[in-house]
Amino acid sequence: MKNDHDHSGKKTGFGPGVTRRKFLKTVGSGAAIAAASDALTARGIAKADVIKPEAIVRVNLSINGIRRSLVVESRWSLLYVLREKLGLTGTKVGCERGECGACTVLMDQVPRYACLTLAVEAQGSEIVTLEGLMQGEKLGAVQQAFAEHDAFQCGYCTPGQIMAAEGLLRGNPAPKPDEIRRAMSGNLCRCGAYAHIHRAVGRAAELKGKKGGAS
Amino acid sequence: MSDQEKSLYYVEELPVPETPLPGKSPAPWKGTRIIGKAVPRVDAYERVSGSAVYPSDVSLPNMLYGAILRCPHPNARVKNVATARAESMPGVHAVISGQTAAADLEWTYSSRGVRLKSKLFDPRCRHEGETVAAVAAETPYLAWDAVRAIDVAYAVLPAVSDERAALDQGAAAVHDQGNRVAPPDIYERGDVDRGFAEADVVLEESYRTECEIHTPMEPHGCVANWDGDRLTIWESTQGVYRVQQNVAEILSLPLSKVRVIGHYMGGGFGSKLQAGKYTVIAALLAKMTGRPVKMILSREETYLAVGNRPPSNMTLRAGIKKDGTLSALDFTCVGTGGAYPAGGISLVDWQVRDLYRCPHVRTAGTDVYINAGPARPFRAPGHPQGAWALEQMLDALAEAVGMDPVDLRLKNIALYSQARDGQPPYTSTGFKDCLEKGAAAFGWKQARQQIAAAGNRGVIRRGVGMAGGMWVAGGGRPPSTIILKLFADGSVNLNMGASDIGTGTKTVMSLVVAEELGVKPEIIQIEHADTGTTQYATPSGGSKTVPTESPAVRAAAISLKQQLLEIAARDLAVDPATLSFRAGSIVSRNDPSKKINFTELSGLKQRGVVVGIGYRGPNPENKVTNPFAAQFCEVEVNTATGEVRIVRFLGAHDSGRVMSRLTYDNQVFGGITMGIGLAMTEARILDKTHTGKMVNRNWHDYKLPTALDVPEDLVSLPIEPDDTEANTTGAKGLGEPVTIPTAAAVANAVYHATGVRITQTPMSPVQLCRRLAERRKEG
Repeated sequence: MKNDHDHSGKKTGFGPGVTRRKFLKTVGSGAAIAAASDALTARGIAKADVIKPEAIVRVNLSINGIRRSLVVESRWSLLYVLREKLGLTGTKVGCERGECGACTVLMDQVPRYACLTLAVEAQGSEIVTLEGLMQGEKLGAVQQAFAEHDAFQCGYCTPGQIMAAEGLLRGNPAPKPDEIRRAMSGNLCRCGAYAHIHRAVGRAAELKGKKGGAS
Repeated sequence: MSDQEKSLYYVEELPVPETPLPGKSPAPWKGTRIIGKAVPRVDAYERVSGSAVYPSDVSLPNMLYGAILRCPHPNARVKNVATARAESMPGVHAVISGQTAAADLEWTYSSRGVRLKSKLFDPRCRHEGETVAAVAAETPYLAWDAVRAIDVAYAVLPAVSDERAALDQGAAAVHDQGNRVAPPDIYERGDVDRGFAEADVVLEESYRTECEIHTPMEPHGCVANWDGDRLTIWESTQGVYRVQQNVAEILSLPLSKVRVIGHYMGGGFGSKLQAGKYTVIAALLAKMTGRPVKMILSREETYLAVGNRPPSNMTLRAGIKKDGTLSALDFTCVGTGGAYPAGGISLVDWQVRDLYRCPHVRTAGTDVYINAGPARPFRAPGHPQGAWALEQMLDALAEAVGMDPVDLRLKNIALYSQARDGQPPYTSTGFKDCLEKGAAAFGWKQARQQIAAAGNRGVIRRGVGMAGGMWVAGGGRPPSTIILKLFADGSVNLNMGASDIGTGTKTVMSLVVAEELGVKPEIIQIEHADTGTTQYATPSGGSKTVPTESPAVRAAAISLKQQLLEIAARDLAVDPATLSFRAGSIVSRNDPSKKINFTELSGLKQRGVVVGIGYRGPNPENKVTNPFAAQFCEVEVNTATGEVRIVRFLGAHDSGRVMSRLTYDNQVFGGITMGIGLAMTEARILDKTHTGKMVNRNWHDYKLPTALDVPEDLVSLPIEPDDTEANTTGAKGLGEPVTIPTAAAVANAVYHATGVRITQTPMSPVQLCRRLAERRKEG
């Protein structure tokens, strides 16, 4: 499957790179929206304007370049919909509270925790999951680099690590070692494969560079 | 098969090891062609592409989702469970509790001969997170709605949350018989009083390590499905056969009716060696609803109910002579496995007993109950705790007698196991090389000289520290059965029951097959970790998987080769003893024109398959196989903020032969990373004064090392002592020893940097600031 959005590594509109701060800011926006809706309720906005958590709503999602129209409960996370409704199990469940990064996907090119993102929030954004980095049966550059450098042990945090690296490299094609460490610090690996992960991200930057930016 | 095709499968022009005659042991490998090389994993593609299906990824038609209601109190009696409201909710298909007849099942805990029976849903909840009820519903959201709709009436009881107070008068009783698990565990050799009398210096210190939680990235859980009376479970586990045995026993089913599959699993570290209550609950819910049930625990549940590394409270008194010879060690430990017998002090004293030569040793351990989740084995049970005490004590002793810490350890190396009956020798010990070569590669002496020369005064202080270690097991043992199939085209299928928990088991075993047959690793198909289709194996844990399985794989390959030689000898009408393997063919050493490709062998053509079966042979008698380790690190301590930056780390490990270099280094770095967690950040915090509840049951408050906590400069230095006696591959275990010395090495480095001896984990900035301030006051 070929994604219809930009894989070229050219300017994405996100400037020179996704900083840790920007990443956190993006990740935190789910909670911010929830808080805002509470505030609205408190200010006496008509109840009908607030969707109940279990209300059924229709959403249109763009995932790995394919448009999907789904009926969801408004409380369902993007993570749940990806895994249990669409069968995209490359995105993993680690904590469901934005602590580990196992569920990292790209949302408009920026790494984002899918567990803290409601499916309804993902409308209008381009979502890329691990599966979206594949070119048919062929591994993408970051995936290839992770395989070469043994950048995983049990492999469960790996999809999230790869998506965090992909997001970094789309914004910053030639990160310095310290930039790699910071960009990857939102993804836990209990096996402790960080040393190999760092090397793999450096290698992925090389591979992407060689291919003229193709992922 | 054309030559071109053959070259796809077999490595050209490289001889494979000679095949021993039937009944003879294979000779140790001399040089290896592919064993020990840095090749990517055979399952790397699946793990990076997302095509690997972990148990939590399994989705079956018509599947329901399970959720468990857990006791919010550390000690309570369940008076009533009202489920009517939950049962009536749309999308909820089953609700069970201790009041459900089918769920009235026994659950047994045992450790060191102490067995305690409880229930799957025990009305007496002795720890927070104990199972009280469970539901199955159409979605996990509905399942949790239903859990919240169950009303439980509890009689909340007083709890004991601190093992150090569990034996005090008036402490709440976890069990009616009291809080002592067993009489103290005493070990004694020589005469410690005499040892201390002979010592020139005697030091005593108390140490504590906090309770750690495994928190593997994939939460514990399974999918359970019945076909009539046959149960299939996809379980995130380190051992499918252990889970099969547990479930079959509890549900009174024949083993043949319980199939457990665990191809991939997202980490365990000892916490997934067995079935959980959740496994049995999932099976019950599936049975009641007639539908598959997926039961994956929440992260919070993994903090409360599926194991931990127990806290250890240790005191060590040590005597040493001026020349650095240890004369006496006296060690006590109080620990707890939580609310049930679960190895609260298991192996904490092992290194005190056995790592260094010492004639007079006494250890005493007291295991008590508290109202907290039961422990489970956690990567090198007991050992990092014991090393925290012993290795810091050795550091202090070295200073007291004016010796270099490395030299002090070299002075006390043991060539045999002092703590075992008969004091058997090791099949190999590379401990001396770990210390000497590790120190040389790290630049130990230079680093100490440089730091001394620089004066080490400013706000940022540098220090280096090191520690040694050994792992009590790591030699592997029977049983293991491996089946190797040669397909008609010369490609190979490897069938083994063992799980690959992320250590690279599949890769290592493929390399063994590749080494013996000359076949390329990528052409080997692997079936594993499925009780329905693969052979019996013990769980992958305790650093025994490679030394257990790899000799059995080698035996299977040799069995296959022996059969092929016999067939070839018949086909070529020559003596099998004159034949050798070469790149997918068999050639006479006497007459090179006598040659036959595997694919032309009559026996393979007729049957379509040749099967080699290998068994793990016995270990050598009266000898012990243990891995050894030394680790070295450099730190920077900010004396204003109490922050410690770990600048570099080197792990020198004797784990026998390196089987696969990339996964080997990955284990070393991973073990060091986990040890940094013990040293710096990890601690279960129970609200001891009020509720008794765990207050940091998530990764935000319970901090694991992140990418920023691990130094860029990490070095793995394999020490390969050429162990020809341990087993036929010369491999020893690696996964446990790599995390044993780490925390103590960091503490020794912090001491070197600051002069402050931190005896309690974690070495948080708060603790360090307090200790540095105390030191300034003392002047």
